[in-house]
Amino acid sequence: MRGVAQIIAWLESRSGIGAFVRPLLSHRVPASAKWWYVFGSATLMFFVIQVVTGVCLATVYAPSAAEAWESLRYIDSSVPSGWMIRALHGWSSNAMVVMMAVHMLQVFVHASYKYPRELNWISGVALLLVVLALAFTGQVMRWDQDAYWGLGIGASIVDRVPLVGSAMRDLLLGGPIIGGETLTRFFALHVFVLPGAAIALVGLHLALIMRHGISEMPRPDAPVVPSTYVREYEARMEREGVPFHPDASRRDLVFCGACLIALVALAAVYGPFGPGGRPDPTLIEANPRPDYPFMWIFGAVSLLPPSSETLVMLAAPAVIVAWLFLVPLLGSAGERAPSRRPGMVLAAALAVIAIASLTWEGITSPWSPVMDAWSALPTPEAMTRGRTPLELQGAVVFQYAQCRNCHALEGMGGQRGPELDAIATRMTSEQLTRQVQQGGGNMPAYGRNLSSAQMSALVAFLSTLKPQGEAPADIPGALLPLPHR
Amino acid sequence: MAVGAALAGIPIVSFVIGPARKRFEPQWISLGECAVFPEGTTRFATFVNPLRQPTNGESIKTACWVRCVKTGSEYQVFAINCAHLGCPVRWFEQSRLFLCPCHGGAYYEDGSRAAGPPPRGLFEYPWKVEAGRLLIDGARLPGLEDTA
Repeated sequence: MRGVAQIIAWLESRSGIGAFVRPLLSHRVPASAKWWYVFGSATLMFFVIQVVTGVCLATVYAPSAAEAWESLRYIDSSVPSGWMIRALHGWSSNAMVVMMAVHMLQVFVHASYKYPRELNWISGVALLLVVLALAFTGQVMRWDQDAYWGLGIGASIVDRVPLVGSAMRDLLLGGPIIGGETLTRFFALHVFVLPGAAIALVGLHLALIMRHGISEMPRPDAPVVPSTYVREYEARMEREGVPFHPDASRRDLVFCGACLIALVALAAVYGPFGPGGRPDPTLIEANPRPDYPFMWIFGAVSLLPPSSETLVMLAAPAVIVAWLFLVPLLGSAGERAPSRRPGMVLAAALAVIAIASLTWEGITSPWSPVMDAWSALPTPEAMTRGRTPLELQGAVVFQYAQCRNCHALEGMGGQRGPELDAIATRMTSEQLTRQVQQGGGNMPAYGRNLSSAQMSALVAFLSTLKPQGEAPADIPGALLPLPHR
Repeated sequence: MAVGAALAGIPIVSFVIGPARKRFEPQWISLGECAVFPEGTTRFATFVNPLRQPTNGESIKTACWVRCVKTGSEYQVFAINCAHLGCPVRWFEQSRLFLCPCHGGAYYEDGSRAAGPPPRGLFEYPWKVEAGRLLIDGARLPGLEDTA
């Protein structure tokens, strides 16, 4: 026993590890922190899971465009626990992004970024960018159809940068096409550059937490005054603070444990993400969708008007990121309580609502045509009953000319254009003919694409689409306001 | 030290930014006999990109749409990539439209923009007919700097 103690004493005297670790455990934290402060620890735990499972995957994964997809299938099917490691890596990646957002939201709402913790926040924003870059490059690692076309979307956005867009795109893709060097390039980013940056930033983030201490829960009428803050904080910690270990760390451990159990359950039940379809770009039945962390961007770019699209696509990320970096510098003193900062709380709430609803829009993608609606969906029976041969022929034209891909009948079909169940109450047959022929309002013109026989049959069918008993659009005195004929 | 850093830095920087500096000569790729593309139709065609790298696998395969207006003398060869954000567009013979699955971009049969978010019509590859075969210059992924 004495020998062991001597070895430990020697190690301590030469390395100073104990002197480094002891303050990490014993530093005093505010007793008021309670359960609000567990999200950062959980984010870090997910990052550790990512490093461990990522190293595991790298021992088998082949970062070659010719073999990556097969090697993932091999990991899923033949490597012991391979599918589970992939599932953990995928789910933990999403969980890390979500937990990071929650952590950031808590810090933002409680204004913990104020003096003297401005750099804590700024290093956190840098971490956010690194983690999002890890998520995007990770999606590329799957090297399936979503990865391939997702790169195409990334390239098309970069391509819109004025003057240097084309060169930037080649730099991103590692050449003039999406190919082998694109994958190796993203692999180097995903396993060397970005994790290295993340580890360095996590180290800085933690060092700053040690330097400035954990912020207290905000109270109204207790503004941050830079000239006296540090002295008062240290005095209060001396008086009311509790040691990080075990008082606060036990909550971190309980929360992280619960997160870990939830992660394993999700991974075990839902399994790994993809790989989706083979990375063969001539299989054009692809329906590319990004991973969840980018779904809101996918939604946003579909809802922008084309005229302002490029500007918003390029300027919005720059403005948002710049604002995030500047938040603590623009308001480093003053009130921290949410009740005294209604504007900031509102901004946070709006951001959450916007991202959540854009994510939902992205998942449901109502603007996307349903590519097989025209051949796969039945014409609702009620719309065929008692119809003339011409009207029935129109129903056939409606399917045949892919109208159904964008227009739903009885809720089935594309959502890109309006549902047409009651179109005859809104438009007369003349208006219908004009709309189909000339298009407009985001509809292509079909004038050259349909024969006049097809056109009259189609309009005859559309003119029957109204709920029973309701007046058609062209009877004078119809209740609905009509555009002038 | 500064001299040493510069000497070591030059190859590192040139390696990293290499892909953005490379310039490519047009490379004519055969899509096959002209007879494969009947007059008045739009057909799907695939080719293997000549910018082959050792590790490309099947991702080097490329697709395009060939519209034959007049056999042997008038063609339009459209890149598969939507001009909006690069997703693969599909041709619908019946409505004579190209539709994009991502954000609903639509194009007429001559490639011009019909509806949706695309800022322009479909990208076209330069083509020529030689010895009865249709050739295109289709090596590069098309982008907004392309005027055709």
